[in-house]
Amino acid sequence: MKPQPIFLKVLNVVSVLLFLATLSMVFLYAPLEATMNYVQKIFYLHIANAWVGMLGFIAAAAAGVIYLIKHDQKWDNIELAAVEISLVFFLIAIISGSIWARPSWGAYWTWEPRLTTAAILEMVYIAYLLLRQGIDDPDRRARFSAVYTIVGSISVPITFMSIRLFRTIHPVVIGTNSASSQGSFDMTSKMLATMFFALFTFSVIFVTLFWHRIRLGQLAQQVEQLKLEELQ
Amino acid sequence: MIAFATSIKYMFAGYTVILTVLAFYIVSLFFRWRNLKRDLHTLHEIQKKSL
Repeated sequence: MKPQPIFLKVLNVVSVLLFLATLSMVFLYAPLEATMNYVQKIFYLHIANAWVGMLGFIAAAAAGVIYLIKHDQKWDNIELAAVEISLVFFLIAIISGSIWARPSWGAYWTWEPRLTTAAILEMVYIAYLLLRQGIDDPDRRARFSAVYTIVGSISVPITFMSIRLFRTIHPVVIGTNSASSQGSFDMTSKMLATMFFALFTFSVIFVTLFWHRIRLGQLAQQVEQLKLEELQ
Repeated sequence: MIAFATSIKYMFAGYTVILTVLAFYIVSLFFRWRNLKRDLHTLHEIQKKSL
């Protein structure tokens, strides 16, 4: 296995620095929201995690399409890496959202459209990981996974659009809120700047972890190959 | 309006969860990498011996 590329090493450092800068902006630059006080500060990382989570699921579907065209195991590894990282980020978004919801809505969880579609989205991809483990043949597994991620990606726009299409209590950050939304607030320019900076930071962190996870998959494939050679 | 004490308590809980899950994942990547490297080394040793 090749040593870590210099660009990945740079990305490691940049990711840490950007993360620290984001925390500084959240706590020192962004003003305190009048109604929700400090709990509103969860919002910046909540939205950034949800963003990269959805981005990764779409990336996985794109890798799935490329696999079906090229039949190269490399794309199966990329697809798996994207799904795994997105599951982590999206789980963080769901949990942090629930914690924000408790003081804002009076409950950790409610079966309203956004929360329901987000939970389904997370479960769709947990099922992906479980089903993959049940297939031994690498080609069959990769083909199945590619089709699964392409079909599964339909749930991403449904989750994203759910607060815009249905009557919901989940606030819309960009766009018009539903009349029943609770916990929405008007963002000042400093809040907006912090939110976009957090989105950028988590996109960079996503790329860094994605690269590491792809390398891990390559190493796993190499080990698997050697084991097979030993058995023969 | 959410009370100051309540608000700060939930903010702390939120950030704890975010940082813990993220840290846990990064640590899991590190350990999986280390174990695979160890496996690879062992396999190379076996190959050398069998040659």
